[in-house]
Amino acid sequence: MYKIVDARELTTNIYLFEVEAKRVAKSCLPGQFVIVRTNEDSERIPLTISDYNREKGTITIVVQTIGAGTTMMKSLKTGDYFHDFVGPLGKASDLCYEDIDELKKKSIIFVAGGLGTAPVYPQVKWLHEHGVDADVIIGAKTKDLLIYEDEMKEVAANLYVTTDDGSYGRSGMVTKTLTDLVKEEGKQYNHCVAIGPMIMMKFVCLTTKELNIPTIVSMNPIMVDGTGMCGACRLTVGGEVKFACVDGPEFDGHLVDFDQAMKRQAIYKTAEGRALLKLQEGDTHHGGCGICGGDK
Amino acid sequence: MDVLNKIPVSEQDPKERAHNFDEVCLGYKAEEAQCEASRCINCKNAQCIKGCPVAINIPGFIEQVKNGDFEAAYQIISESSALPAICGRVCPQESQCEGKCIRGIKGDPISIGKLERFVADWARENNIKPQGAKELNGKKVAVIGSGPAGLTCAGDLAKLGYDVTIFEALHEPGGVLVYGIPEFRLPKEDVVKKEIENVKSLGVKIETNVVIGKSTTIDELLEEEGFDAVFIGSGAGLPKFMGIPGEQANGVFSANEYLTRSNLMKAFKNASDTPIMHATKVAVVGGGNVAMDAARTALRLGAEVHVVYRRSEEELPARKEEVHHAKEEGIIFDLLTNPVEIIADENGWVSGIKCIKMELGEPDASGRRRPVEVAGSEFVMDVDCVIMSLGTSPNPLISSTTKGLEINNHKCIVADEEYGKTTKEAVYAGGDAVTGAATVILAMGAGKAAAKGIHEYLSNK
Repeated sequence: MYKIVDARELTTNIYLFEVEAKRVAKSCLPGQFVIVRTNEDSERIPLTISDYNREKGTITIVVQTIGAGTTMMKSLKTGDYFHDFVGPLGKASDLCYEDIDELKKKSIIFVAGGLGTAPVYPQVKWLHEHGVDADVIIGAKTKDLLIYEDEMKEVAANLYVTTDDGSYGRSGMVTKTLTDLVKEEGKQYNHCVAIGPMIMMKFVCLTTKELNIPTIVSMNPIMVDGTGMCGACRLTVGGEVKFACVDGPEFDGHLVDFDQAMKRQAIYKTAEGRALLKLQEGDTHHGGCGICGGDK
Repeated sequence: MDVLNKIPVSEQDPKERAHNFDEVCLGYKAEEAQCEASRCINCKNAQCIKGCPVAINIPGFIEQVKNGDFEAAYQIISESSALPAICGRVCPQESQCEGKCIRGIKGDPISIGKLERFVADWARENNIKPQGAKELNGKKVAVIGSGPAGLTCAGDLAKLGYDVTIFEALHEPGGVLVYGIPEFRLPKEDVVKKEIENVKSLGVKIETNVVIGKSTTIDELLEEEGFDAVFIGSGAGLPKFMGIPGEQANGVFSANEYLTRSNLMKAFKNASDTPIMHATKVAVVGGGNVAMDAARTALRLGAEVHVVYRRSEEELPARKEEVHHAKEEGIIFDLLTNPVEIIADENGWVSGIKCIKMELGEPDASGRRRPVEVAGSEFVMDVDCVIMSLGTSPNPLISSTTKGLEINNHKCIVADEEYGKTTKEAVYAGGDAVTGAATVILAMGAGKAAAKGIHEYLSNK
């Protein structure tokens, strides 16, 4: 059992949990992920690490409650426990292994979308702690869904916030801000890290290809064990099959087959929807909603 | 009673069991077991023991079954095996103990596996536990992986007085016994969990959710956590795919994924949060025991199931009993057939599998006749799900993070057969991590050998 030392709702349906997990906190690096289970019958849910504290022995994760498994986490309070918490899994960000002096010569831009802002944070923080500057773009649908703005301000060289509906900061998608920065505002970048929904990462990659900026993305496909056993998370990267859990989760975004990855995301869509409805409606759910495919 | 014929064991009716996950084999009742035991001629030079990878005193325990002293029988088995209820169910007895039985020369061999299972089940129902060490010797051993190799090694070392901690990567101990072998062959709550409890009752600690190579490393266990020796029994968990076009389509799964969802995550139950695809028509590619498990699971989840295998029935690597059970339940075998492409619809879902007919040519390196394609024989089978069951290989997570641990070109850890000694001091290994995918009992045998090796090493240190 893994104790939750802090549980907070950051914004509608986005929750932060700081969890005691000594082994993970001791060995993790930015870019890695954990797998959590709320209780004995829960799904294994992979979540990228959003922060870690080696002294306290804690890991912070940020969760958007969409599926049945994550919705169950809503009720968890400070002092409650996660049944299982395993990690750190996957490879750390390549930035962690580069020569610091070389990194300092780079001009780095992070592009964070929605929930993806949380896993961007430890990378920018790590660079900041090592004296490396990085700019950050955070994109959110609307002002209310923005997370990690204050924390990011502390560690980013320049922070650009944009909302799809223009309710806060700049207006439009992250790709627009990125293009504006480079084409209109005289910014030059030679390394980009994009983390967010797959569709966002796909479009950031199309933009950076045009702008000629090498781009790393963090893939979050469906997985079960997270140690290379099941192969559910396989992706095609540069024509080769890779397992996101052990070969990634970070890959060269210009080589990732996003269309295939997005199709694979849909494998259990209806099944997930069914599980959520069952959870929300309990015994009153007998299908017939026309979406979930009933109780087949 | 005809001494030449074994006492048949009752099984769930095939038509009925094709729709449930309850155990297929129902096991002997006491009188049946005693009757079967009385067929044993108690050979002086018992061949069956030689056929057993953990060298159980088989005639000894059978003698006690004959006498009706089932507790004594259990203690005899326990001297050699920590997991008798599991072995009685999943060992390939026909090629081991029963394969060597003198009775088998003329007539049926003694049903040693079924008797072992009976004794273990009886002990569990009567709450008989194996006997542990009287006192601890103050030395700490780490065991990586809680599958058959790890549990056996840990149990043996605990009996010798070692302070043993097993590290398990998943949230549940048991390894392949839990994620791989289905409920209908090996019940989890009643059998696997209870046998693991028995190992724990010997004093073994199990820490779940620790991925060695990620959460911590072998070097850290030895240098920082005070372990005197390490046993690696991390299995062979990495799935293989064919590398044919269309393999990334939705509806193509590794047998590992499909079985893990059903067995470990309990997706076969409605109450589980973990989804599993309920396919209409499934092609399971491969012919081993894992393929049979995947096929019979898919059948129980409501699909029409075809096993697609490139050689003939003769070469099927699965146990005869498994093939027989699969056929009884209605699995269709498409033999001498090899997939060449998986066909997907416009949304990326599997709609068919293109196969080519094969014929057997000259024997290959394995001694089996090599399957050769029959030119122009391609055809498409309409399926909505393909399960790849082509074998597995060891996970490089441990070998790539441990200094001085040598692996061979199959990524298997190099370890001597006698004691499982690796190229790194104080580190031993056994089971699928060393041999590549094999059987539960061979892994147990290796765990046992390594326990001896570790005991010898630490006693002389």
